[in-house]
Amino acid sequence: MILIALKMLFHDRAKYLGLVIGVAFSTLLINQQLGIFLGLLSRAAAVIVDVPEANVWVMDPGVKNLDTVFPLRDTELGRVRGVPGVEWAVPFFKSMATIRTATGDLESALLLGVDDASLVGVPSDVVLGDIEELRRPDAVAVGLDGYGKVWRNQPVTLERTVELNDRRAVVVAVVKDSPKFTSSITFFTRYSQALLYTNNGRNQMSFILARAQSNKSPEQVAMTIHQKTGLQAMTSNQFRDKAIQYVIDNTGIPVSFGTVVGLGILVGVCVVGLMFNLFVLENLRYFAVLKAIGARNLKLVWMVFLQALVVGFVGFSLGLFGAASFFEFAGRNSNFAGFYLPWQVGLLSGCVAAGIIFLASLVALRRLLFVDPAVVFRG
Amino acid sequence: MNPTNRKEDSLEENLDPIAISCRSIVRDFGEGQAKVRVLHGIDLDIPLGKTTFLVGPSGCGKTTLISIIAGLLTPTSGTVSVLGKEITKLRGGRLVSFRSQYLGFIFQQFNLIPALTAAENAAVSLVVQGYSLASAKRKSLVLLDKLGMSHNGNKYPNQLSGGQQQRVAIARALVHDPRIVICDEPTASLDAESGYAVMELLQEVAESNERAVIVVTHDNRIYEFADLIASMADGRILSTKAHLDESSTKP
Repeated sequence: MILIALKMLFHDRAKYLGLVIGVAFSTLLINQQLGIFLGLLSRAAAVIVDVPEANVWVMDPGVKNLDTVFPLRDTELGRVRGVPGVEWAVPFFKSMATIRTATGDLESALLLGVDDASLVGVPSDVVLGDIEELRRPDAVAVGLDGYGKVWRNQPVTLERTVELNDRRAVVVAVVKDSPKFTSSITFFTRYSQALLYTNNGRNQMSFILARAQSNKSPEQVAMTIHQKTGLQAMTSNQFRDKAIQYVIDNTGIPVSFGTVVGLGILVGVCVVGLMFNLFVLENLRYFAVLKAIGARNLKLVWMVFLQALVVGFVGFSLGLFGAASFFEFAGRNSNFAGFYLPWQVGLLSGCVAAGIIFLASLVALRRLLFVDPAVVFRG
Repeated sequence: MNPTNRKEDSLEENLDPIAISCRSIVRDFGEGQAKVRVLHGIDLDIPLGKTTFLVGPSGCGKTTLISIIAGLLTPTSGTVSVLGKEITKLRGGRLVSFRSQYLGFIFQQFNLIPALTAAENAAVSLVVQGYSLASAKRKSLVLLDKLGMSHNGNKYPNQLSGGQQQRVAIARALVHDPRIVICDEPTASLDAESGYAVMELLQEVAESNERAVIVVTHDNRIYEFADLIASMADGRILSTKAHLDESSTKP
């Protein structure tokens, strides 16, 4: 019966292809859209993720996300360093800057100022150059993706200069950083140098990065900092979640992506459901013949489920392959850098595909189970 | 495994010459004011080794009667015994099992599965009983060979003529060696020549293996193949008589 079921399925090539494409399209859409969505969300917390050395972030109590910062007074750094359980604490500066590219175009870039002494905050994955060179005047490190945007189609070399807020900056290192939400170009420099680039004076600390002593939990230390200083203090994970939640709560991104994913599922259910229903309907006479000559309902149900399973498996595999190919090839473009396909999304889309197929089968089975085998005697 | 060995109600020793016995069969459709009585207390005996024709005008209840005889429809009242087994008392899996072992069907529209080759279509009755498609196909090819279809085993239904398709349908009805073969207008979709050929085959089937062949038909050109003709009208059997017209000639 298995072979008969498969032969019946493959015989009607147009419907078989339609069914497979329906499932594949849904799977592709779900994976591609959710992958991009999760990629965008992770970009909202990229700055935090790129500083794994710090496990506590301290900021003004009004700060809700990474992009809206209220400067802290320089004296707060000393207070945080004095909190019991803090191993070390360093200043961190974050601001947007305007750069003039080699072609004369203006671009917006993210400028991050890290502790002059420890250079904590610069990604450790160095593609070219030496981070220690940041101690030189006007020295900056640039993210690899941003480098490609500023010096398009040019080889990655050091000592290139760029105007950063109308001041000269010299590239002394190229690092691999995570793609950011607001800009794909990121410059790293010393904290004191960052203040020069932004023409700001004292009391410009965006954040204080701290590390809890090894015998203290970051949550505990963050709470102590808050109690002792009145500042807002969170662990890296808490701040990452808060930054992501801010995007979810305050932008139309989840609704936009959710709508597309929902439509993908709806189209999948409708197209696959209708086509499968049509397929069973057109074969209903033959199922009735099988029933009349002695096939039990259970066998026919198994035949239909098998046909649905094959459609689901082939369609899902094609869709997943399409989505994986998209992320593989699109990931080579800096605009899509960092977007990826988590296995959880693949699993979720698999469940959705199974759901679509199950629903389609149920609709078709309703007809099949109630078909009167005596219909074979009616012309 | 040979699934045919699993016959749960062995009827092989039944030597009763009556294959099917219908007693007081009544069948109603609809309910209340819309209720229509299609069969009015049918009594009919169908012998083994003979070809019995069920004839009558459209709407007289022939199809309903063979559906009941085949166990595809339940009578409102009355009993049907097939090979000594009262099938009106069988339900669910036992009825389906009985049907698959002892009955073979030939339909007016052939009802061959378009996705299967002639050999595979003919093998379906065995596959339903649990045979693998490959072994069932081997058996069906032997039968197709006997039916003069040895070169068409790998052809699909749409590559066969009407007569050839009906031969495949006959092979499907006989491949599992049933004792009863129920044919619904087997010549209706065929030209005269193919129709005669099919009827000759069915007559052989009835005579060779002591089977009962029941043929529902409108086609009076083939009455000469009947051993017994049961005439129906308005849900009743008007007459049952042996066909003795020896003057008719076969082409």
